[in-house]
Amino acid sequence: MTSSAAPASLEVSGLAFAYPDGHQALFGIDLTVGRGERVALLGPNGAGKTTLVLHLNGILTGGAGSVKVAGLPVEKRNLAEIRRRVGIVFQDPDDQLFMPTVREDVAFGPAASGMRGAELEARVHKALERVGMAEYADRPPHHLSFGQRRRVAVATVLAMEPEILVLDEPSSNLDPASRRELADILRALDVTVLMVTHDLPYALELCGRSVILSGGTIAADGKTADVLADEELMRTHRLELPFGFDPRAAAAKA
Amino acid sequence: MGAGHAHKLYRQAASPVHDLPPHCKIAAVFLFVIVVVSTPREAVWAFGLYAVLIAVVAGAARIPAGFLLKRLLIEVPFVAFAVLMPFVVPGDQVHVLGLALSKNGLWGAWNVLAKGTLGVAASVILASTTDLRALLLGLQRLKLPSLLVQIASFMIRYGDVITDEMRRMSIARRSRGFEAKGLKAWSVLAKSAGALFIRSYERGERVHLAMVSRGYAGSMPVIDDVTATGAQWRYAAVLPASALVICLLGWTL
Ligand SMILES: Nc1ncnc2c1ncn2[C@@H]1O[C@H](COP(=O)(O)OP(=O)(O)O)[C@@H](O)[C@H]1O
Ligand SMILES: [Mg+2]
Repeated sequence: MTSSAAPASLEVSGLAFAYPDGHQALFGIDLTVGRGERVALLGPNGAGKTTLVLHLNGILTGGAGSVKVAGLPVEKRNLAEIRRRVGIVFQDPDDQLFMPTVREDVAFGPAASGMRGAELEARVHKALERVGMAEYADRPPHHLSFGQRRRVAVATVLAMEPEILVLDEPSSNLDPASRRELADILRALDVTVLMVTHDLPYALELCGRSVILSGGTIAADGKTADVLADEELMRTHRLELPFGFDPRAAAAKA
Repeated sequence: MGAGHAHKLYRQAASPVHDLPPHCKIAAVFLFVIVVVSTPREAVWAFGLYAVLIAVVAGAARIPAGFLLKRLLIEVPFVAFAVLMPFVVPGDQVHVLGLALSKNGLWGAWNVLAKGTLGVAASVILASTTDLRALLLGLQRLKLPSLLVQIASFMIRYGDVITDEMRRMSIARRSRGFEAKGLKAWSVLAKSAGALFIRSYERGERVHLAMVSRGYAGSMPVIDDVTATGAQWRYAAVLPASALVICLLGWTL
């Protein structure tokens, strides 16, 4: 990565972490994500993907190494600003949407950082507009379909205007139409995206670059089409393409 | 505030009472109940006047009498309690149809019944004209401890999620041939309850994580601030103020 005027959205270097029970989950991770890049984070269950994500906004800390978001180190005294800059969309929208109405949920992040009144209202409207859910503002989240809830979950972090959007399994449990709608939304956003996923065609469709995390280390980092086409690499890390899916042909079509 | 959380007691309508800000209504009902409770029980006519006040407010709120009366049924346990009092309270006795009833107990029963009914009626009017979300905003505005308001709003948000989980567990049990009968069933049900508790606890942890990730640091940010004008406060004050006049008359007459 050549150095440019704007610092990279995300710089992880030498990150290692062991859970309190002694289980070592990360062994020296180095990962840089440039501004505006969309990167897929692939890896088998238990590879440490969620552990890594929880380091990005300082929920987990205390191991070796460092994490910087747009140049700002993830440290206790920066946490409020870091959490504004890193928008994490968790896997289950029912965990993410905890307020009684969609509108209040989307407003939660910006309001927590002190925004009020008309400015807050405009911010909420814009975020809901970007995911096509503006007309659902006054609905309670549990009256929405799963796909709609996932979209609102994305809006809740977009409302914070984050430097980087981190999505944990964004396409899980979505029907094909909702999956495609979400892809359209994500593609239209002009933010840096780090997407944890098992959905390899989704990674190919949305992310130019893919990183494989396996056993707590980075096992591969390259163009998604190349990574997916490397059968040996894929097999070693328990990553399987859907039946009949040919990444080269799909990449050529895109 | 929208269609969101219509609860069973809420009754959608357009009325000046529906339009009042929630914290004005809560304060008015609260003060009304305090005034009613501090009225001497011997001033029977005062309770009649309170009932008239309630009827006037219900009329202004476009609540039909039948609806109000049906909702008063939650009072039934009180009534049972009141009916017992004349038999168990010691003191002077009066004889009615050959039954020895305690005079003190009769007054006590009247006291519980009259004050209870008025209090419940006022609360029913509050609940029929204010949706849950607004009630919570009102309580928050009245500076109820924010933790309580947070707990209440999580109950609204996650009530359905947990009921759903319960239903799924019950379906899973029955799909494996379980029928809830006999002593053995209890141990299975207790285990299910335990599992439900753990699932809810874990969900709580995940929700907390999501909240912290969006900047939660212990207190809920103010998103909707309900405000009331002086005129709205004065309008809401009509109920407790008239009640106060009646109460004072009750003490002096
Ligand atoms: N709270 C925890 N305490 C101890 N070990 C954990 C905890 N959470 C995860 N782990 C372990 O750390 C490893 C990485 O887990 P995780 O980051 O959740 O993987 P992934 O998200 O890639 O599936 C796994 O071996 C998992 O068992
Ligand atoms: Mg995970």
